[in-house]
Amino acid sequence: MTWVLENLPRIGELTLAHLALSLPAVVIAFVLSIPLAWGANRVRVLREPVLTGTGLLYAVPSLPLFILLPALIGTSVRDPLNVVIALSIFGLALMVRSAAEALDAVTADVRTSATAIGFSGVGRFFTVELPLAGPALLAGVRVVCVSSISLVSVSAVLGVSSLGSLFTDGFARNIIGSIVAGIVMTVVLALICDLLLVLAGRMLMPWQQTSRRRRPLPTRAREVAA
Amino acid sequence: MTNILEALNWLFTAEAWAGPGGLWVRSLEHLGYTLLALGISAAIALPLGLAIGHTHKGRGIAILATGAARALPTLGLLTLVALFTGIGLTAPMVALVILAAPSVLAGAYAGVESVNQATVDAARAQGMSGWQVLTRVEIPLGLPLILSGLRLAALQIIATATLAAYVGAGGLGRQLFLGLQTYDYAVMLGASLVVILLAILVDATFGITQRLLRRVPGLAGAG
Repeated sequence: MTWVLENLPRIGELTLAHLALSLPAVVIAFVLSIPLAWGANRVRVLREPVLTGTGLLYAVPSLPLFILLPALIGTSVRDPLNVVIALSIFGLALMVRSAAEALDAVTADVRTSATAIGFSGVGRFFTVELPLAGPALLAGVRVVCVSSISLVSVSAVLGVSSLGSLFTDGFARNIIGSIVAGIVMTVVLALICDLLLVLAGRMLMPWQQTSRRRRPLPTRAREVAA
Repeated sequence: MTNILEALNWLFTAEAWAGPGGLWVRSLEHLGYTLLALGISAAIALPLGLAIGHTHKGRGIAILATGAARALPTLGLLTLVALFTGIGLTAPMVALVILAAPSVLAGAYAGVESVNQATVDAARAQGMSGWQVLTRVEIPLGLPLILSGLRLAALQIIATATLAAYVGAGGLGRQLFLGLQTYDYAVMLGASLVVILLAILVDATFGITQRLLRRVPGLAGAG
């Protein structure tokens, strides 16, 4: 405990570094997954290859990917950018499938109705399909966010600063407090970000609350089944 | 790209693979760790998950556990246990099981729960006991999801087993960290490629098994 109190500034610094590595990756994964998922749904022939391909990316272990990337894109192993890109790839691997499924769950009836009342393709996507897919997309982003935050720490063995540095330092110098502080901070950070995502979801999709209360399962189940 | 060529060059030399510290031995160690950790995880989490799915009790706790496990940083867990157990295989095994068990658990209860309730009721109506319902109806029909859980767990274990070398155990992480310490990027990259290949092979093995099982009558593609 004394170790933690004496090292509060360093813990704060590493927490910020941790966020600077993980949050951009979550955003990149989310933003890139939408057009990919949309494309995969549109061109049916591509759907399975894209989904399996990105799924296969997830099978690639994190540490080896951190090391492989520099050879492919010319970053260096100790470069924070390298970590951000690797994490974005993992996020993408998880996100593309859930985004494709979320967008696909919007029923054909809704789509044709939107077209019938005069929505253009793009307008329909942003004002009808995307909001309807919102809840499922949010669920996907939450998974990506929590797993990115916990994955970042691995990069500490390569010398990139994050809360993971508390593990490597603590292990090298035999300080249990350092490791425990790192674990607690990572979990707290993941929980806070998750909570913020849920709150953001409530703010962006206010209809969710009322619909859940007044119009229970049948409609939602049908949406999911479709 | 020259880096990749160098790494491949190293991978195609005999001395990289031979000997007690060579890639063959390390790969086998890595697979051994994976099987052991997967076995322990399955032994703990499969019965629990099946029980949760069968009785519909404790689901909330299971969801909480899987969520919490996702947030737990692997490296932290590993180094923390290693400080108590010392250098060797205990710390990686504890960390690997804690990380992989929730995936197995989630697959098992989701698998059993995915079975159509009408089918379960029909089995009961025919006079099957709870145990018979579980072993003859719920497990065979829930197998796709149960296997998905095991597959995910295996992947997590292979990835994390690389870190075992960080706390003094073996596995392919040995070469990787050796390369890291000696600034030998070719060795580091070569070892990484072998880990990636191993992960993809194991994933593919699960994929093919799942596909083959789907053809067996009575085991459903219901999932």
